[in-house]
Amino acid sequence: MAMVEKIKNKLRGNGFLLAVTIVLFFVLYIAGAILYGDRNFTSPQVFLNLFISNAGLIIAAVGMTFVLITGGIDISIGSVIGVVCMMLAWMMEVKHMSAVVAIILVLVFGVIFGLVQGFLVAYLKIQPFIVTLGGMFFARGLTALISSDMISIENPTFLSLANYRIYFGFITYYNNRGVAMHPYIYLSVVIALLVVAISFVILRYTKFGRAVFAVGGNEQSALLMGLNPKVTKLKVYVLNGFLASLAGFAFCLNSCGGFVEQARGFEMDAIAAAVIGGTLLTGGVGTVVGSLFGSLIKGIIETIITFQGTLSSWWTRIVIALLLCFFVILQSVFKSIREKRLAQGNEK
Amino acid sequence: MRRSIKKVAAGLLATMMIGTMLTGCGGGNKKDSASSKKETSEINIGFSQVGAESDWRVANTKSMKSALTAKNGFKLSFADAQQKQENQTKAVREFITQGVDVIAIAPVTETGWETVLKEAKKADIPVITVDRQIKTSDDSLITAWVGSDFKKEGVKAAEWLIKEKGKEKGDVNIAVLQGTIGSSAEIGRTKGFKEGIKDQKNFKIIASQTGEFTQAKGQEVMESFLKQNKDIDVVVAQNDNMAFGAIDALKAAGKTPGKDVTIISFDAIKAALKKVQSGEINAEFECNPLHGPRVAELAKKIMKGEKVDKIQYVDEQVFTKDNTTKEVINKRAY
Repeated sequence: MAMVEKIKNKLRGNGFLLAVTIVLFFVLYIAGAILYGDRNFTSPQVFLNLFISNAGLIIAAVGMTFVLITGGIDISIGSVIGVVCMMLAWMMEVKHMSAVVAIILVLVFGVIFGLVQGFLVAYLKIQPFIVTLGGMFFARGLTALISSDMISIENPTFLSLANYRIYFGFITYYNNRGVAMHPYIYLSVVIALLVVAISFVILRYTKFGRAVFAVGGNEQSALLMGLNPKVTKLKVYVLNGFLASLAGFAFCLNSCGGFVEQARGFEMDAIAAAVIGGTLLTGGVGTVVGSLFGSLIKGIIETIITFQGTLSSWWTRIVIALLLCFFVILQSVFKSIREKRLAQGNEK
Repeated sequence: MRRSIKKVAAGLLATMMIGTMLTGCGGGNKKDSASSKKETSEINIGFSQVGAESDWRVANTKSMKSALTAKNGFKLSFADAQQKQENQTKAVREFITQGVDVIAIAPVTETGWETVLKEAKKADIPVITVDRQIKTSDDSLITAWVGSDFKKEGVKAAEWLIKEKGKEKGDVNIAVLQGTIGSSAEIGRTKGFKEGIKDQKNFKIIASQTGEFTQAKGQEVMESFLKQNKDIDVVVAQNDNMAFGAIDALKAAGKTPGKDVTIISFDAIKAALKKVQSGEINAEFECNPLHGPRVAELAKKIMKGEKVDKIQYVDEQVFTKDNTTKEVINKRAY
């Protein structure tokens, strides 16, 4: 029972961190609206673009959240996204496979990739950093092996998927040139939001979700509770592998091509998004909604800098670095307070 | 604990409400700002640049920034993509929602632009591409392109090499430091050079790898070339920064660049021309980065509704020790 209480406590603590993230996002959004309101910052499309441009990141960050909660890490996902794009392009353009088959195959690839990494981490007890470092090199190498040249996707089914827009016809706005526009989203946004919603339910309301937290909080206790940490970890890496390949698909819907350098360093963005969203690298704490907002915060900083127009876009990195610093400090303060409280509770 | 969550939730709700209120205000003003923009003839232009990976690129950015000034009637929004295509699509998307008058793109890659360019077309914003080209299924997505004829540069380099080394007996071993794979410069120069030396039976490309247009990577790749192959006769570096890296690597291996190994490079920036004069680089094929004035002129014409030519080549030269005088070097702005 004590364990259940502990987990509850952790969730509650995380509620505060999550709130900070969400408030920060809206503060940034309002700041942008005040500064660049005259340049269409407040148009609904700017808001939706955050989702369109970061759909891949959102999906990847959700997968990363699961891994981080178990106390693991996965630095292979950028490369997995790269190889997924390349495989899609190669299968459709060089091998002339149908889009549907290609998409299914890359998702299967992601699952297998996750399965292998998960097996090495959970059953052979190899450090997740090392395992996924290997995965990262492997996937990037595989990308170059498939083709060192860029392959552009011209498959009509895939292009129609990529260009399929869902319009919000009931909202109309005018751009600076006076053209009437309806805000829209792409398919990738729908996928990303579905992933967030489903993952939220899994993490919060299923046995598996609770096991993920338990394993990350304290593996020994989880074992005593009758959970199998190995199986849980394996499942998490498989899920993450699947989500990484799904992120790759969403990414590819945006780029419509395969290219060796694609999505390099993407894993770091996903980790940053999760940490800004309140996930602890030490495990046991994290939410998918937090990671969603973490991704959006990165997006909104980029948007503000683009609207500003003269700042170097490297400022995005600097601001993210400062935010990371801020959140890590906040988390550690929070953790120490909670530990004190727990200690007091135990004394009683 | 529970109470504090409620407080936070209440605060959050309040912020959101303020947020929507502000959104509402902004929305109302939109039409006014649109009409006021039309009165002033200032042209809003968004420029998405690849990055700052080479001196050539920096010169290109400078040229664009100095041509698209307020004095010339422009309002420039500049976005550096840090060599990532995904950053570029994001920036272009923001330009579209901002509603700029013209979008200029120096693309990182040739492909992957369909979706975002269609968005631009839908918003009725003309797109000018600079330097590298973009491949699309629909020609109307791009209004004009300003840049160099990369393939011709490659062919010219091949012609020069044939003149220099064509009569030599035995094999001429060539190592190529390619640029970023998939970029127009890399594709054009690789293709042009390969086609140019096609009939030259003794010319052998024994190694070819990307140095990503940077000095550090150029040096690294050259070092690995030298480890694998002892007798490299010619190094073709697809930009100057990689040539500098290659020169360092050759020197470290105890070879004299320009004498033991013939060095061909592209771009012809000032620092490279100095090396042509000192004999470390044998031939430079210019790639003119000063696109700014041409883009400014094009943007003005397009805004006036004039028709413009779709392909706009800039003029380019070949530099060898014979024609690279001090004056030429001093005149070089980049």
